[in-house]
Amino acid sequence: MRIVLLAVLALWIGTSPGQAQPQNAPVSGFNPTASSVSEDQLLQALDRVTGRVSIPDKKSATLEQPAGRIWRDYHRSWLPWIGGVLVLGTLAALAVFYFVRGRIRLEGGRSGRTILRFTSFERFMHWLTAFSWLVLALSGLNVAYGRRLVLPLIGEDAFSRFSQLAKYSHNFVAFPFTLGIVLMFLVWLRHNIPDRTDVEWVRQGGGIIGHAHPPAGKFNAGQKAVFWIVVLGGAAVAVTGYLLLFPFYVTDIAGQQLAQVVHGVVALMMIAAMLGHIYIGTLGMEDAFDAMATGEVDLNWARAHHSLWVEEELARAARPPSGAAPAE
Amino acid sequence: MARMKFLCDADRCIDCNACVTACKNANEVPWGINRRRVVTINDGKPGERSVSMACMHCTDAPCAAVCPVDCFYTTADGVVLHSKDLCIGCGYCFYACPFGAPQYPRVGNFGSRGKMDKCTYCAGGPEGEDGSAAEFAKYGSNRLAEGKLPMCAEMCSTKSLLAGDSEVIAQIYRERVQKRGYGSGAWGWKTAYRETVDV
Repeated sequence: MRIVLLAVLALWIGTSPGQAQPQNAPVSGFNPTASSVSEDQLLQALDRVTGRVSIPDKKSATLEQPAGRIWRDYHRSWLPWIGGVLVLGTLAALAVFYFVRGRIRLEGGRSGRTILRFTSFERFMHWLTAFSWLVLALSGLNVAYGRRLVLPLIGEDAFSRFSQLAKYSHNFVAFPFTLGIVLMFLVWLRHNIPDRTDVEWVRQGGGIIGHAHPPAGKFNAGQKAVFWIVVLGGAAVAVTGYLLLFPFYVTDIAGQQLAQVVHGVVALMMIAAMLGHIYIGTLGMEDAFDAMATGEVDLNWARAHHSLWVEEELARAARPPSGAAPAE
Repeated sequence: MARMKFLCDADRCIDCNACVTACKNANEVPWGINRRRVVTINDGKPGERSVSMACMHCTDAPCAAVCPVDCFYTTADGVVLHSKDLCIGCGYCFYACPFGAPQYPRVGNFGSRGKMDKCTYCAGGPEGEDGSAAEFAKYGSNRLAEGKLPMCAEMCSTKSLLAGDSEVIAQIYRERVQKRGYGSGAWGWKTAYRETVDV
């Protein structure tokens, strides 16, 4: 019995190498694959396979980038949640705040006298940025959510035409938006350096809860926060936006994906922050909108919200112009 | 129904670029657009390897998933196509594509992208009759409707690039590997189809 088994085993070994282990016995006597790079090896080492191409399009030298699947998951699954929580969460918080606190009224009524808060140039750069931002935000949200929310409503042809228009608007309006950010940074920077009054303002909760009015300069700590959110966030979306607008001029595919992720997430955070800014500038606070509409605010309003700034302005008005010669 | 795929037998590819030329000629793609290209890894070094790559017509295609206007669809043969009427040229499919397949003609300012163009597996597109002049101008040839395979694979000088039903080309590749005794595997299959050719 044992001899029979051994014989069968020997027979099997004798006949098998040609079929069972072909990798070790190439017919040519040479195995080019053995010394060559393998796909699995390359993907494990670099998560990307690149080489050389003989065509001018150098980005096509990336043979495989499975990281595209991660970007896909971000775009399809994470981004809608990030944006939904940020934007809807902010709206809900503002609604709750409105019903609890109500509109912040001007106590003691108006004085009838006004003071210039923002010059026409300051208002111009504010509204240049604001309207550019509105176009960019809506067209950007369309890219992130339009397929789910708008496409089923208006059909693929109309949605495609609208999205094409939105894409071009997004590309071109990027330039006035950037200009607005740069101007606001230059003009308002000196009013937005954090100082000691901000500590007190924050400690008192900015008077948002309750009826206190902590002293503040031209901009209070809350407005300074908005300024830095707009300037730093605006810079981030502008830089990443131009990287996307000029694709592959500076970055490779991984850089493009990263730029798109930063662009989307920072933009959604800015949209959430701006909802708060819009609320407090219009519905949330009585007479606040005047500052950006006509530029003139009531003196009582200014005294309540920006006491230090009013004192400074009045002192400057009382002082004789420095260039004027003395009477004697 | 067949499940059409490409399989590049990298042990046979000699970087002759006949597939690239055949594709350009068959589809009359615009200047600067390459639906297919040959990438050489470790060029000039020991272990050099060339692979011909185009759209792999993925299962659960990433491009279709991320498209903001939902312009992609998969045919009954498993070919991933898109509508140039709907495409807005946003570039998202290029970020998602593992194979760098989508191509954009440069139009107008900056890096502005026109309507995306990519390998159609020589299967035309959604608009126009199969094989019509209108379809050709927009998407290139529709050889599949005539019962022919993509021009790149048909023209391959070493028969490295295989096109056809998944089962059939996988079997051809398996037999080759069995016979010659080596094979570097079906490049891109794991990424595109989440499966590979077992030899």
